[in-house]
Amino acid sequence: MGSREKILAAVKTNQPPLSPLPSNWQGSKHTTNLKEQFIQTVTNIGGLVIEVNSVEEIIPAVKDKFPETTRIVNLLESPKPTGASLGDPHEFENVTIAIMQGQLGVAENGAVWLTDKQMGDRVLPYICENLVLVMKSTEIVPTLHEAYERIGSSDYGLGTFLAGPSKTADIEQSLVLGAHGPKSLMVYLLP
Amino acid sequence: MNDTLKNHATLAEKFNRDIPRVDWHDKTLWFVREKRDKAANQIPDWEKLRETASQIKNNVLSNLHDYLVEFENNAQQNGITVHWASTPKEHNEIVHRIIQQHGVEHIVKSKSMLTEECGLNEYLEHQGIEVVDTDLGERIVQLAGEPPSHIVLPCIHWKKEEIGELFHQHLGTPKGNADPQFLTSAARAHLREHFLHSKVAITGVNFAVAETGEFVVCTNEGNADLGVQLADVHIACMGIEKIIPQRKHLGIFLRLLARSATGQPITTYSSHFQKPRAGQEMHIVLVDNGRSERLGSEDFRNALKCIRCGACFNTCPVYRRSGGHSYHTAVAGPIGSILAPALDMEKNADLPFASTLCGSCTNVCPVKIDIHDQLYKWRQVLVKNGHVTRGKKFSMMSMRFLLSHSSLYNFSGTLGRWVMRNLPSLVNNKFNPWYKQREMPQAPAQSFRSWYLKNKQHGK
Amino acid sequence: MNIGLFIPCYVDQFYPHVAIATLQLLEKSGLKVSYPLQQTCCGQPMANSGFEHLTNPCSTNFIENFSTFDYIVCPSGSCTLHIKDHLHDEKHPVEAASIRKKVYELTEFLTDVIQLKKIKARFPHKVGLHQSCHGQRGLKLSQMSELVAPAFSKPESLLQMVNGLELVTLDRKDECCGFGGTFCVNEEAVSVKMGKDRVADHIRQGVDYITGGDMSCLMHLDGILRRQKSSVKTIHIAEILNAG
Repeated sequence: MGSREKILAAVKTNQPPLSPLPSNWQGSKHTTNLKEQFIQTVTNIGGLVIEVNSVEEIIPAVKDKFPETTRIVNLLESPKPTGASLGDPHEFENVTIAIMQGQLGVAENGAVWLTDKQMGDRVLPYICENLVLVMKSTEIVPTLHEAYERIGSSDYGLGTFLAGPSKTADIEQSLVLGAHGPKSLMVYLLP
Repeated sequence: MNDTLKNHATLAEKFNRDIPRVDWHDKTLWFVREKRDKAANQIPDWEKLRETASQIKNNVLSNLHDYLVEFENNAQQNGITVHWASTPKEHNEIVHRIIQQHGVEHIVKSKSMLTEECGLNEYLEHQGIEVVDTDLGERIVQLAGEPPSHIVLPCIHWKKEEIGELFHQHLGTPKGNADPQFLTSAARAHLREHFLHSKVAITGVNFAVAETGEFVVCTNEGNADLGVQLADVHIACMGIEKIIPQRKHLGIFLRLLARSATGQPITTYSSHFQKPRAGQEMHIVLVDNGRSERLGSEDFRNALKCIRCGACFNTCPVYRRSGGHSYHTAVAGPIGSILAPALDMEKNADLPFASTLCGSCTNVCPVKIDIHDQLYKWRQVLVKNGHVTRGKKFSMMSMRFLLSHSSLYNFSGTLGRWVMRNLPSLVNNKFNPWYKQREMPQAPAQSFRSWYLKNKQHGK
Repeated sequence: MNIGLFIPCYVDQFYPHVAIATLQLLEKSGLKVSYPLQQTCCGQPMANSGFEHLTNPCSTNFIENFSTFDYIVCPSGSCTLHIKDHLHDEKHPVEAASIRKKVYELTEFLTDVIQLKKIKARFPHKVGLHQSCHGQRGLKLSQMSELVAPAFSKPESLLQMVNGLELVTLDRKDECCGFGGTFCVNEEAVSVKMGKDRVADHIRQGVDYITGGDMSCLMHLDGILRRQKSSVKTIHIAEILNAG
């Protein structure tokens, strides 16, 4: 008998009588202003939220913020990154800013959900030095429960909640931003 | 009981020879516990969340066979290769084989307690493969040649000055620089090179969803993601108990995990891996290592609900004052003390006794594992299986004899108090561990019983 | 109401004044209390060391001494919890089950059963309350700091009724003192360190006394205080509620 069969047989023999799943989560009602809560939470976890009126404002604003930037990958118009030889993620090693769309934000924890459809290349949101996410403020939900309701059974290769810049507190619990991934994360909120 | 085995009390005593360090260790972890309290208190439904998570995990354990098969099917349909390993050895061999197939001698690995449990690093290094741990804390202890002392905060026992010195030796940073910001950026540059040059990346798994065949990996640093997104091969290693039924259940568990672990509302990265990217290989190794057997134990199966948040470490007054290495096992702390005896009863017979049974661990546990009750039950099992010193057994047998005969009990109580009052050196000496740093209670002339007999004649 | 006084063995031997205070306190409330003379120990020290299977004679003896009472009251959360959780006897299963339900720790008996609203006691001192883990987390005498739930404390509510008593707030409300039964000698180093830290928290708040519902914790803390030649004293809560 192979290990698969051996393990499954032992599990079947030893598992206790069926214990039912709990009913669907019904949480307390949320009364807070979702946008305000989201902005506050993202700030608390080391990110920055900037409200803009139109998508056109974003690129000049980003360039203004990072005048020294050498390589921007902007995926807002097309999810295909330009200037990279196809299929090799190592090409993105020197990206200083990556700009991509977020699908939804979670007020309670400041996380933004996006999938590989928005990432251009899966490595981009992790390898760039600064990450800029763009989303509509109407796409903010109170908690992860509502977020997963929205995500539903959608199909993706990689989906992720991104909450603030890469960070570590492994050295004496001192918080340092930019452990391995982006050193900064900005969320541009459209109306 | 074998006296040459590592023993928590002895290792803890060593740790306690440097009291300022114990104080520092205790305060650092208490700080994390306080952050956890603050985060929990921001959610009015916290206790309901814990209860729900616990019920979901109960369901998982009761239906694990079907969930495993469902997960395997869906993962395979998603293009993921699924492997099964009964033992740590089999797990290590599977991982090694995949690495060999790609002709690689150098890999990166993000945090995975399962690979610690299986001793993967050591195994691969024997096969001539260099494993670089990419979590900062894990890299620090790896450079130092130590195992992690905490499942979430691997180098919580290291001071920044010591890390500065370690980095000076291994990474060539300037001597005397102990600034966490500087040291982190040095590690970033050092590890970035490894990320860029590794064709195989190993990660752990926080949750695997039966319904979708996807698995979720949580990190703050982004090291798991950088590793796998730059590699041609992603190997994810998980214990079979990491399965959850449905995607929506992630809402429950991800709300609990980081808040319980570090007091953050969520980890920076919660990556849901459903399919390999074009041209990439994705493997999952499902490991048993005694889990299926433990599933059959009513008293101990609940330990399989653990989501490895480490909250029980941070709250444990014994862990905070004895350090992770005093537990001499991959998973330390209260949860480690109920997991380890199932893996090796003889080696870990001391661990269920490394607790005051205060119960704080059970209260912080996000999936409501009855940790302190299991510690108590393990003590019974260990004693029944003979993992106890002869001296202890003798003293317990004598105690039973004494306490079952009230006249004997009263006589020996009187005798004992008389000795303590008249011959204190018989008790107050270096052979009495109580007396080493504490005074003995002052023995009164008469017991309550004697007083009662004299003063309350209506007593039966 | 017929009350059986359950006095832990070490209180009987080393702290008779605590037992006397408990008895007097209950009698002051107009209760009929008797102390069954053949009682010894609940068996907890053995059970917590992994020898629960050796505690049968203790259980039988306990049942023989206590099965006739309406309530059993004990000035120890720890011993009460042991009886509540672990008193079993194959020969007397009905009696054992009944005892498990009617055994009460002193402060929960005062607040829940006789619902004491006033206490004629005076104790003009600054006091810190050390809650034993078995009393607090085991018997739920107070809300536990780990839970997100409304605060309450049975021993505290009683202490608040004592004239002149000033109750301090500790930095770590419900940290374990490190006594832990045989833990206190098997893990001497950690046990003492925990005790020292617990004592230091009280001293930081400037207390005259450390009180609590379990003499076992207090014995451990007292041993440390006396070795440190501290002026801070330990006192069982029954003694405070019975003072003046």
